Amino acid sequence: MIQRSALPSPATTLKRGAARRGHIPRHRAAATAAVVCALAVTLAGCGGTTKKDTDNSGKADSGSGAKANPDAPLKKGLKLAFLPKQINNPYLKILDTSGIGAAREFGGKGKEVGPSDASASSQVSYINTLVQQRQDAILIAANDPNAVCGPLKQAMKKNIKVVAYDSDTAPACRQLFINQASSEEIGRSQVQHLAKQLDYKGEIAILSATQNATNQNTWIGFMKDELKKPAYKNMKLVKTVYGDDDDQKSFQETQGLLKAYPKLKGIISPTTVGIAAAARYISDSSYKGKVVLNGLGTPNQMRKYVKDGTVEQFALWDPKKLGYLGSYAAAALASGQITGAEGEKFKAGKLGEYTVGKDGEVILGPPTVFDKSNIDKFHF
Amino acid sequence: MKPRWDTAVGVLLVAVFVTGLGTTDGFASRDNLAFAFNDIAEVALMALPMTLLVVAGQVDLSVASMLGLSSALTGELWDKGWAFETIVPVVLLVGVAGGLLNGWLVTRVGLPSLAVTIGTLALYRGLASVVLGSNAITDFPETYAKWAVDTTTVPGTFLTYPVALFIVLAVIAAVVLHSTGLGRSLFAIGAQEDAAYFAGIRVKRIKLLLFVVAGLVSAFAGVVFTLRYGSARADNGQGFEMLVIAAVLLGGVDFDGGKGTVFGAVAGVLLIGVLKNLLTLNDVANEVQVIVTGLLLVASVLTPRMITTVSAWRHRRAATTS
Repeated sequence: MIQRSALPSPATTLKRGAARRGHIPRHRAAATAAVVCALAVTLAGCGGTTKKDTDNSGKADSGSGAKANPDAPLKKGLKLAFLPKQINNPYLKILDTSGIGAAREFGGKGKEVGPSDASASSQVSYINTLVQQRQDAILIAANDPNAVCGPLKQAMKKNIKVVAYDSDTAPACRQLFINQASSEEIGRSQVQHLAKQLDYKGEIAILSATQNATNQNTWIGFMKDELKKPAYKNMKLVKTVYGDDDDQKSFQETQGLLKAYPKLKGIISPTTVGIAAAARYISDSSYKGKVVLNGLGTPNQMRKYVKDGTVEQFALWDPKKLGYLGSYAAAALASGQITGAEGEKFKAGKLGEYTVGKDGEVILGPPTVFDKSNIDKFHF
Repeated sequence: MKPRWDTAVGVLLVAVFVTGLGTTDGFASRDNLAFAFNDIAEVALMALPMTLLVVAGQVDLSVASMLGLSSALTGELWDKGWAFETIVPVVLLVGVAGGLLNGWLVTRVGLPSLAVTIGTLALYRGLASVVLGSNAITDFPETYAKWAVDTTTVPGTFLTYPVALFIVLAVIAAVVLHSTGLGRSLFAIGAQEDAAYFAGIRVKRIKLLLFVVAGLVSAFAGVVFTLRYGSARADNGQGFEMLVIAAVLLGGVDFDGGKGTVFGAVAGVLLIGVLKNLLTLNDVANEVQVIVTGLLLVASVLTPRMITTVSAWRHRRAATTS
């Protein structure tokens, strides 16, 4: 409670006029700013710590110390934790559920924990927690390749194995990365599939996600490279548009493309949001049956358009296999079969044998193509 | 004696902590405690100026956006090859400038702080995106990063340096709020602004000062956050403003102004941190954690009022029966 006597005396009101005009404070503020700036410049002049001084781009130190024993059996009772980008991401949920199922196959115990938002730093507290719970391996789909780095290195120091899946961390911060498919294969195969559908002629366009999405641009790079081959001399990429992985924007961009390029014969959309929006537009337009749409999509989103003939085929890796492979890879690490060094081999249950590639990458394999004949077998 | 909500939160904090020690494996380890408290360091730092603001009947929703702007700027300048020793004062100046803008709009233009800072919440976050786009800048100097991470602690304790700094600043905030004329002025402004004005308190100047301090501390929190995660991004600390305000309200600081203690706010922020850590260790889903925090918050706003209403009702009944 405030007591009246505690308040400053009314006499101070007299001075308020001067203060309100602000001459004194403004001068003082300017002076302070000047001093701070001068100080900053001085410090800069003295050199100081700049980016050049700290080129600490660490290489993966996996494999150092420990030796792999390819004949070691998978340990029983391994504790694996899946840490997706966010807990309610339906795609990663399929992956994690499949991985947890795989863990059951080899007598391990899997669980999924994670934040409800996919911000860069929200995964960090979960990593710490998993370390405290002494899990045997952490499988992470990283929201930010570097924000999770420190804690993951801590985990590895405590002999917890770290496997990245879906989205990689910086290579020094994990032992393995389970890659859905090689970027080159994803890029080239989409052009190959579309070319076959178009009989290798006509104008085509790409409907991508955001302009600076790393994976999209890598794929598009390989698509352009593939198109340079003589077999595609009658095909021309006329435009790449960006739907920003926003349903409405992708829808409008498709509409715009087809209006601007009346001779357009095919569209590749290597993003699940884009291909679904494009299919929705085409299915209700006069372009249905005339323009071929291909790309990366999920069976659940695309089922309707495959059945009504808007889309003949599209591709995606099978998230179930990805989770399954991740689980076995983590178990192989935790059992000492592999250390994450290039050339090591391990068995991934019913998927067969896999080899660790450069920078600790394990590639799942070519994307699965979905069409009328097989789409009903997939539910994701 | 009147029950005090901030004491109750303090007791609750101790109770939760002791429960954690008894029930949860791994909670008591030095590593975990260092991590758990360091994990809320930025929120805790920003809660201090927020407490002073709320006591004075103001609020600053732009703190987390300022953190993001500071983080983005730190990253961008670092990437451009600036010396870290130069970046920090520059970023802090930007914090001061942001605070001045908030304060100027509130005190000189006369807009309510809630409206102003909703605007600057978007503005500062937007600027952060302009500065850095969707890039992430990493590889900050180890010489500075080691002071922010949870693996470096004050020797012999589980206190990390950001947490130690928070303790020092909390003591300063407590002294300023509870035993100086300035502190008493804040209560007066929060309780009755016009009365405070006519009592000769320099209401506008004090409010301006509070916003500047909030901007400065938020910018500093941005540097800490950037070093701690080793990643500068425009979306760093998104949504932290709600955590900060939740912690302050949970600690019994009255949103109407004029009431509250620094102790309560500190207890509130620690309670949120410890609860989060304990629930995560016990594999409680994130959604449930959010619900727990939400319920606590509602309880913290509701309970003191219910107590007042009930005691007033008892008073009246006692008066009529006698």
